[in-house]
Amino acid sequence: MTLTKKCLASSIALATALAAGGAQAEISDDAVRIGYLADMSGTYRDLAGPGGLAALEMAVEDFGGSVNGTPIEVFSADDRNSADVGANTVREWVDQRNVDMVAGMVASSVTIAVTQVLEQYDKLGLVSGSAASSITNEHCTPNHIHWVYDTYPLANGTARAVVDQGGSDWFMLTADYAFGHALEGDVEKVVTENGGSIVGRVRHPFPTSDFSSYILQAQGSGAQIVGLANAGADTVNAINTASQFGLTQSGQQLAGLLVFLNDVHAMGLDATQGLLLTTGWYWNMDDQAREWSERYYERVGRMPTMVQAGIYSSTMHYLNAVEATGSDDTATVREHMMSQPIHDFFARNGHIRADGRMVHDMYLAQVKTPEQSEGEWDLYHILATIPANQAYRPLAESQCDLVQN
Amino acid sequence: MDTTQTLSPTRQRQRRAQWRRQALTLALLAVGLVAPFVAYPVFLMKVLCFALFACAFNLLLGYAGLLSFGHAAFLATGGYVTGYLLASYPGLTPELGILTGTAAAVALGALFGVLSIRRQGIYFAMVTLALAQLMFFVFVQSPFTGGEDGLHGVPRGELFGLISLNSNLAMYYFVFAVFLIGFAIIQRAVHSPFGQVLKAIRENEPRAVSLGYNVDAYKLLAFVLSAGLAGLAGSTKTLVFQLASLTDAHWHMSGEVILMTLLGGVGTLFGPLVGAGLVVSLQHLLAQSPLGNWVSVILGLIFVVCVLSFRSGIVGEILKSYRKNFK
Amino acid sequence: MTMIFGVPLAVFMGQLLLGLINGAFYALLSLGLAVIFGLLKIVNFAHGAQYMLGAFVALLGSRYLGLDYWLALLLVPLVVGGFGMLIERLLLRRIAHLDHLYGLLLTFGLALIFEGALINLFGVSGASYPIPEALQGGVNLGFMFLPIYRGWVLVAALAVCLFTWFMIERTRLGAYLRAGTENPALMQAFGVNVPLLITLTYGFGVALAAFAGVLAAPLYPVSPTMGSSLLIVVFAVVVIGGMGSILGAVLTGLAMGLIEGLTKVYYPEAANTVIFLVMILVLLLRPAGLFGKEA
Repeated sequence: MTLTKKCLASSIALATALAAGGAQAEISDDAVRIGYLADMSGTYRDLAGPGGLAALEMAVEDFGGSVNGTPIEVFSADDRNSADVGANTVREWVDQRNVDMVAGMVASSVTIAVTQVLEQYDKLGLVSGSAASSITNEHCTPNHIHWVYDTYPLANGTARAVVDQGGSDWFMLTADYAFGHALEGDVEKVVTENGGSIVGRVRHPFPTSDFSSYILQAQGSGAQIVGLANAGADTVNAINTASQFGLTQSGQQLAGLLVFLNDVHAMGLDATQGLLLTTGWYWNMDDQAREWSERYYERVGRMPTMVQAGIYSSTMHYLNAVEATGSDDTATVREHMMSQPIHDFFARNGHIRADGRMVHDMYLAQVKTPEQSEGEWDLYHILATIPANQAYRPLAESQCDLVQN
Repeated sequence: MDTTQTLSPTRQRQRRAQWRRQALTLALLAVGLVAPFVAYPVFLMKVLCFALFACAFNLLLGYAGLLSFGHAAFLATGGYVTGYLLASYPGLTPELGILTGTAAAVALGALFGVLSIRRQGIYFAMVTLALAQLMFFVFVQSPFTGGEDGLHGVPRGELFGLISLNSNLAMYYFVFAVFLIGFAIIQRAVHSPFGQVLKAIRENEPRAVSLGYNVDAYKLLAFVLSAGLAGLAGSTKTLVFQLASLTDAHWHMSGEVILMTLLGGVGTLFGPLVGAGLVVSLQHLLAQSPLGNWVSVILGLIFVVCVLSFRSGIVGEILKSYRKNFK
Repeated sequence: MTMIFGVPLAVFMGQLLLGLINGAFYALLSLGLAVIFGLLKIVNFAHGAQYMLGAFVALLGSRYLGLDYWLALLLVPLVVGGFGMLIERLLLRRIAHLDHLYGLLLTFGLALIFEGALINLFGVSGASYPIPEALQGGVNLGFMFLPIYRGWVLVAALAVCLFTWFMIERTRLGAYLRAGTENPALMQAFGVNVPLLITLTYGFGVALAAFAGVLAAPLYPVSPTMGSSLLIVVFAVVVIGGMGSILGAVLTGLAMGLIEGLTKVYYPEAANTVIFLVMILVLLLRPAGLFGKEA
């Protein structure tokens, strides 16, 4: 009995090893091919763009340029924020150039389109730039991993922290499209659950350049906090206008739900000081991050955003998995990536969940005042750490097919 | 000079021109049939969709003399309607989806046409631009388009419920067939009496009016036809890429189609095809090269060069030198 | 509190004022378009890009040359306007004898080039331009807190519009200009240097756009894409107004600012759309626009 069991067990083990060995036997076409897809020329250029490609190339160089003697090839393309350009490019990369992994990906529309192509062809995508939490929720696939952040922790982290500090009456300034509505909904939930309330809201068209009218309405609402459920240029414009109309001087406070380092850098500290935000990473948060960022700065001439750092981190994790398994087969590599915790200059306490979400510690930050800042890129104070297991949407609430609920 | 003597060479020339057109069309057919074995089919499908779009646009600019700066609206309408229907009603076959999308573009074309054809030249361009911009906002706001995220996961389905379009090759031949149908409609329209009246209006509108033609009706018909074919291109494109997004509705798209037509040759049958092929290939090549960031600068330069010294476009210039040398 | 359609009077007044300020931008820009259109019959598609260039030159001037705001307000329109004259002289003149649609296409190409080049050089996030010291802070008007700078924008824009109207309608140069619009050949015969007049006019229209750009620089982030979205709105304003008269462009611009401002209070979702709706209405009722002459 025990003998047969043992025999059976060992034969199963042997079979598994053989099967795995079969997959391990080669890296397809004698190269690990990584495609970098991002907006290189449009609105999101500064968030990932050419700087993200530089981070990716850094990762490949630091890895030694080859995996177990097999060279790593990198190519890149501009998706011009267009879903069909993005999907088409990736389709061609698979059909014509045997791409193994696609990195970058910023605009959510592009990401959703590309991940569907990747699923169709069974290749791997490491999403670093996109914000939509739906990418690992209703749009999840077994073929991609979402690395850096999403709207859930951004809205949650900031809203919870602000309510904790006593900011209970909110006015929501929301971009009038699906993304803004989702963000507004997330914030409303957190605010009301924690004893606060939404006293007013205005939905502005997307995109809007003049926010003065909406800021005036926010001032008239008597709310303590003005939450900005918008992104990119809209957020920048809203914050600028708020500063001109003396919103903060009159006792109200702004809460940015989706603000990036490059936005704050562009607006300057005069306009943004005191702004609360949640970030997945900050270049100056500790020695490890600083050391990597300084190397990056020498190469690119700007400090990295969390997305650019995430591109490095995810590529490194991927290459390690390829090396460990000796394969570039999607399922094998993804499984190995999921089995390994992620702990590097970028991610703390990170691991990849079944839905493809890489959860890691997030940080609540406040923008420094011009007096506190010691340099062009010295922009944030890190106020608190939001532990990985609290930051992201719980799997229990997931609508992803890969998660058994 | 004796009239019979002049008439006969004219007739001969006409016949020769017709023969040439047929030869070219046959050559095009042959190239189209072989192409997917030489080049990447998905890329070819993209070229064909944009070529149809540019041909539709050219019908309006080249033959009716109306510069629309809002044709993206029709491309996007066709795409969104087809995409939405096919994604929400799995039983629907692709050809029905495409027909409905085209019909929606026709309806929108009729509405835009009524509003805009009363204006001429530059005003017409600005009115169409503003109307298209209005449609852009509608697409951003409507829940059915998926807004910024776009409309994804459109199934290619089975043509007439029989032929699966999931293979790129099958899809390619379907797209090629759609393109040929659209192209034939345009060719037919241009060489019909309807096309002749359009040209007369383009050359001298008051004279056409005084000859008793209902100029507005002709222009409206051309506008609707052009809008419908642009919608057909959009619908087909959505089926190929299995998605529809705001890129197609943006006014830059309206600019791109002008560039394609201008580069290939305004008012020539094959010009838009050549122009679309060039612009799509150029974008394709640039996107993956170190010059990728300069795409819009390079497109802008082509625009400027075209307008300054290349107004007849590639096909137009070829025709010109052909006429000069062989007349 | 007095309420107007469910909105407190104070808020209502504030929104009207803000609408008027936005309207002043529309007025300045559509004025420039109208001036150029008047003589060259070209729809200057590069107008948005030239507005953006105005803001950018001011920004770069202050960053690298220490150019202060007041000087920028004077010099930048001259520089960008001069650049415009160069464009007219070298490019637009060569296609002046052709269908005017080619002018539209050429300027569209130029807009793509300017925007694309600046995106590559400076990124898209844009940068902020400080409000000049003398105009910082704000005043409490009783019904709202008005940043002084916005008040200044309104005054400056209206003054320039008035000046332009005066120049064109009440001076000899303006008379030449209007006559050149009507019948360039006759003017040439009278010994007026029409080509020079055209170059100057284009330069002036571009300078107006650049002036609006410098005015806007402290208000909005200075970025390469700041002009392209505004341009479409200004086109709609121009279609509504009808490009028939200088005064028409200015009045329509202001009126559209007000309508947009009120929409932001009552139905903010439609704020970007309302001008286009007005445009459709006007086209149905008066195809030539409010102030336009039937061709």
